[in-house]
Amino acid sequence: MLTLEPNIAVGRIAADGALSITLSGAWTLRSGFPSAGPIAREIATSRPRSLVFDVRDLGAWDSALVTFLRHLDALCESHQVAMRRDALPVGVQRLLALAEAVPEKPGVRRTSVHTPWIARLGTTALDLGAGSVSAVAFVGEVASATWRLMRRSARFRIGDLAVVVQECGVQALPIVTLISILVGMILAFVGAVQLTRFGAQIYVADLVAIAVVREMGCIMTGIIMAGRTGSGFAAQLGTMKVTQEIDALTTLGLPSIEFLVLPRIVALCLMMPILCVYADVLGIVGGAGVGVSMLDLTLVQYVRETVAAITLTSFATGIAKSVFFGALIAIAGCLRGMQCGKSSASVGEAATSAVVTGIVLIIAADGLFAVLLNVLGI
Amino acid sequence: MADPRAHIVVHALTLAYGDRVVLTDLDFSVKRGQVFIVMGPSGCGKSTVLRNLIGLDEPAKGDVFYGDVNFTRAAAGEREAILRRVGVLYQSGALWSSMTLAENVGFPLEEYTDLTRDEIRDVASLKLALVGLEGFEDYYPAEISGGMQKRAGLARAIALDPEALLLDEPSAGLDPVSSRLLDDLILQLRDSLGATIVVVTHELASIFTIGDDSIFLDPETRTVIAGGSPKDLLAHSTDARVRRFLTRGAEGDPGGRADG
Repeated sequence: MLTLEPNIAVGRIAADGALSITLSGAWTLRSGFPSAGPIAREIATSRPRSLVFDVRDLGAWDSALVTFLRHLDALCESHQVAMRRDALPVGVQRLLALAEAVPEKPGVRRTSVHTPWIARLGTTALDLGAGSVSAVAFVGEVASATWRLMRRSARFRIGDLAVVVQECGVQALPIVTLISILVGMILAFVGAVQLTRFGAQIYVADLVAIAVVREMGCIMTGIIMAGRTGSGFAAQLGTMKVTQEIDALTTLGLPSIEFLVLPRIVALCLMMPILCVYADVLGIVGGAGVGVSMLDLTLVQYVRETVAAITLTSFATGIAKSVFFGALIAIAGCLRGMQCGKSSASVGEAATSAVVTGIVLIIAADGLFAVLLNVLGI
Repeated sequence: MADPRAHIVVHALTLAYGDRVVLTDLDFSVKRGQVFIVMGPSGCGKSTVLRNLIGLDEPAKGDVFYGDVNFTRAAAGEREAILRRVGVLYQSGALWSSMTLAENVGFPLEEYTDLTRDEIRDVASLKLALVGLEGFEDYYPAEISGGMQKRAGLARAIALDPEALLLDEPSAGLDPVSSRLLDDLILQLRDSLGATIVVVTHELASIFTIGDDSIFLDPETRTVIAGGSPKDLLAHSTDARVRRFLTRGAEGDPGGRADG
């Protein structure tokens, strides 16, 4: 009996208007449950006054049966049929009563409302507007905190700064090493293919040196740091928001901007130029590797050509940009972290958004720099 | 194991984190269909006991049996089969924040049954209705209160109609009325589902309301120093530490006002 499929048999209507339903077999979540269709049809056509159950052949049951009966209950209610539960197993009666114990509060249930595209467009625009306003406000707060820091009135813990410096400095070296060498090699390769056609292999050194020192060094370092440190900042601050650690700082009268955001921005602004110099050197090393091994250039020739190609201006431009990128990455990361919602999912969104914002800002700022330097004739 | 009514049996269990021994020589058995309380002062390792019962932590020594099966020594597949019949409510609800309540409750059903999407939705609605959350199917955990999150966690714990339900501090952080309602719910679930329920708690009101049987863990001797029905313990225990705990410090304290 226990292995029987769940089954419904709809009986005849008795003299008192009671429709008899026979439930048999095992009604478990494992076996699934049949649809209430036949009963619904019978109720609609023969309009019984009540529903009675025969459960003599009912085997094992669990929530599947209760779910089915709740369905039936709703059906009976809409057709004004009384569902008599007294013949049902006691456990089922109890569960049904328990499920009804707390009635649904009106207005709580969410219905999916179709919003027209124009409304969605408007909402998106408003959201974007609100987002920009809060971003500007955040930058303003950071600026005023920095001003206080320079006047030495900001509360700022050197210990915190040291920890962040370690996180975004020394610990970033391996990935910066790998990426910089590879970028230097790729540049040399691409240049070599073109320049050897004119017998101008020696200019590979110039190409690599100028490209790495002026652009690639700081951009690649920036993108790496946006990926590993900017997202890290957002995740840290986001988690602190979720666990109310930021609230705890605020209620103690400790501004989170000064205690959490400022050390991160300062640390990244300090470390980015150092990482950038490191990336410049390694990029040139990578280029030299390709130049010396593939293009019949001697190391001395390559180094001389490189030294001649790099001007102090282009070197300084790269370094200056890297400081600026560092500030952008840190601000983007901290902003997204502080805007984080209250759930673990929003921490993930904050980290993702920090990387996207960081990279977009880096590229946009780099374009701006290019135009500016061109206009200024540097 | 000799007692056929025993559902979960703990035998000579020693729990440790690395070298730090938390509890030693635990011996108790939880009878089928009872509410079993694991109580003791804060920091005595109550939650650690629970973690060991479901294999989140491995015991340093000893065994946990579910029925006749040795859970501690069981292979991974066998463990999974046992755990599928156990529901767990974690301290903070531990709802998956990227899913709605209906998805949270429906997720185990989706993984372990062949029900269709609509049927899963219906069963999830039933479970949410059982814990008094009808209508909240499409809410995300972050949008509801802490008490509701706990009840939703309970709904997820009973999603697969478990034979055993383990609850970690179910009423902690709830107001007295909500915590009373949760106690009633636990009793009703025991009676209607026939499930064995293990509750880790130090809320006295709950302990006396729902407890059929219990163990008392002492952080100093690091083991069980009393057991039995909580009401009997209050009436008859002569141990000063137990009396002190069960009377909220009014009795049993050597320097206190009265001595039990």
